[in-house]
Amino acid sequence: MQLSLIDYAIIAIYLMFVLSIGMLLKRKVKSSADFLGGHDEKHGIPLWITSLAFISANLGAQEVLGMSASGAKYGIMTAHFYWIGAIPAMVFLGLFMMPFYYGSRARSVPEYLRLRFDEKTRGLNAISFATMTVFSSGVSLYALAILLKVLLGWSFGFSVLLSAGIVAAYTFTGGLRSAIYNEVLQFFLIVLGIAPLVYVGLRKVGGWEGIQAQLPGAMTHTWQYMGSADNPMGVGLFGMAMGLGFVLSFGYWCTDFLLVQRAMAARNMSAAQRTPLIAAFPKMLLPFIVIMPGLVALAMTHIGGGFSIPFKADGRMDYDMTLPTMLVYFYPSGLLGVGLTALMASFMSGMAGNVTAFNTVWTYDIYQAYFCKNASDSHYLRMGKMATIVGILLSIATAYVARSFNNIMDLLQLVFSFVNAPLFATFLLGMFWKRTTGHGAFWGLLGGTAAAALTHGVTVAEGKGGWLLLGSAPLHEFRSGMGQAFAIAIVAWVACFVLTLAISLATKPKADEEMRGLVYSLTERPKETETRWYLRPIPLAAAVLAMTLALNYLYH
Amino acid sequence: MLNQLLDDLRFPIGLLFSIFSVILIIVGLIKPQTVAAGIDINLNVSAGAFMGVFGLFMVLSAMWSARSAQKRSQK
Repeated sequence: MQLSLIDYAIIAIYLMFVLSIGMLLKRKVKSSADFLGGHDEKHGIPLWITSLAFISANLGAQEVLGMSASGAKYGIMTAHFYWIGAIPAMVFLGLFMMPFYYGSRARSVPEYLRLRFDEKTRGLNAISFATMTVFSSGVSLYALAILLKVLLGWSFGFSVLLSAGIVAAYTFTGGLRSAIYNEVLQFFLIVLGIAPLVYVGLRKVGGWEGIQAQLPGAMTHTWQYMGSADNPMGVGLFGMAMGLGFVLSFGYWCTDFLLVQRAMAARNMSAAQRTPLIAAFPKMLLPFIVIMPGLVALAMTHIGGGFSIPFKADGRMDYDMTLPTMLVYFYPSGLLGVGLTALMASFMSGMAGNVTAFNTVWTYDIYQAYFCKNASDSHYLRMGKMATIVGILLSIATAYVARSFNNIMDLLQLVFSFVNAPLFATFLLGMFWKRTTGHGAFWGLLGGTAAAALTHGVTVAEGKGGWLLLGSAPLHEFRSGMGQAFAIAIVAWVACFVLTLAISLATKPKADEEMRGLVYSLTERPKETETRWYLRPIPLAAAVLAMTLALNYLYH
Repeated sequence: MLNQLLDDLRFPIGLLFSIFSVILIIVGLIKPQTVAAGIDINLNVSAGAFMGVFGLFMVLSAMWSARSAQKRSQK
């Protein structure tokens, strides 16, 4: 595809704005808290900004491309990732967990684990998290470079260096604040850049009714075909509700520091609590921007007119190309520049999110904890800046590894999913049961991860897993990889929960005094400072849940 | 005033979309391209207009709060 000069001009203007925001914020960076994130009135960031950054940090290229791919592959059922997955978990984070994260004065999620449990639990979480952030930012760098190569014919190296260079420039100058401000800019760009596509696409296929007429019922209903696993996703009701709705979503949205960091950057406790709650309003509408193009694309292949989703070399549909193909098909030169800028923006917000979470965890939870305990603040500021650059260099290296050794990447991704699956059990017990001990938490996490690996080893789905079977029949065969992933998560969660409980009962708990502000029963409820009742956490949460329920019903 | 505006994220966001809006509307008017699929919309002009409304709203609301902050500090 050939871009016109106008499209290039639009991309260039966007990049200029991104860099200028970093430069403008540079003068505000004086301490490590300015750079890595600190929470109080002075460092705090306005609520609407932290809220939009909260969802934008997660709105990476893989999410934008992946969700429209899933829309084409699984239909509107993909919205479960939002309406049963993310939203309830975000409400739980805001109402019940933020008071501990924000109130404990911990600077990161691993640091909360040290305060609540012990050093080894923090170390385990910090090291696995830091590795994961570098890995995911590298993989999205790789994905973007591949995309730009296919679309624009840019060379792999040029795309990687340009994108990583821009992210490096604005995170290095303005730190977390710059990443957050840019995430908000990128959020609007993604929404306004893709919304016209949804509009013309829907007009083309005759609106939602047109899609319903073209596609089978299982593609246009979220719940109706969930009675058994005989649906496009190959997941039953229990797997969906427990695996995705509870274990995976709560595990990700409530414990991932990349997201929690955005809420922790708010000005006060009330704003921190409300960050995920306010974020939930736009979040619940995002399926119409990111999933709907997939459904429209699929309907368009049915009505003819020359549109088709491209195929991979092996003859299967290349669903990941759904959104880019739609952009090229519908957008005239000019708007096409905006659409491509939106894709680049989604990648950058994802990468900057990972890099700014990495530099904080590295500086506070690894470097300060294990290498250099009592240095001056300016020392840690320097270390934070260095970690930003190193994080980006490691991401670039990861992108190159991903290009040559795709299997290693798949394996790593699998290992990370095992590490993440049990996390929420640890936090739930730690925050709401004061008897939970550090030994319980640590060994529970390791046990949960082992249980996840074991489950993967004795079951199969779509030819994957079953590596422990050595030729004998698998314990269970899942209809889809997703069904298997949800089941693994459930097993890991239960194993972690039971192990943590049992080991905690057998080991000595911390004194109550040491756990004030860290455990539900020993912490005063935060005083509500917001005067307008409808902006307080509980009414907001009620409104979010009611609207999500309505959306579930509307598309059931 | 300018300092306050630069501190307010609404200003750069609004400015960026206003610039995009102007570019899209001009391109759309000079080279009217209706959608390939045969739907009769000049997508550059209509999307540009929409971005313009959003951009202006952001810029104006940033200017409005900068002005009221200035008035408060004068008092």
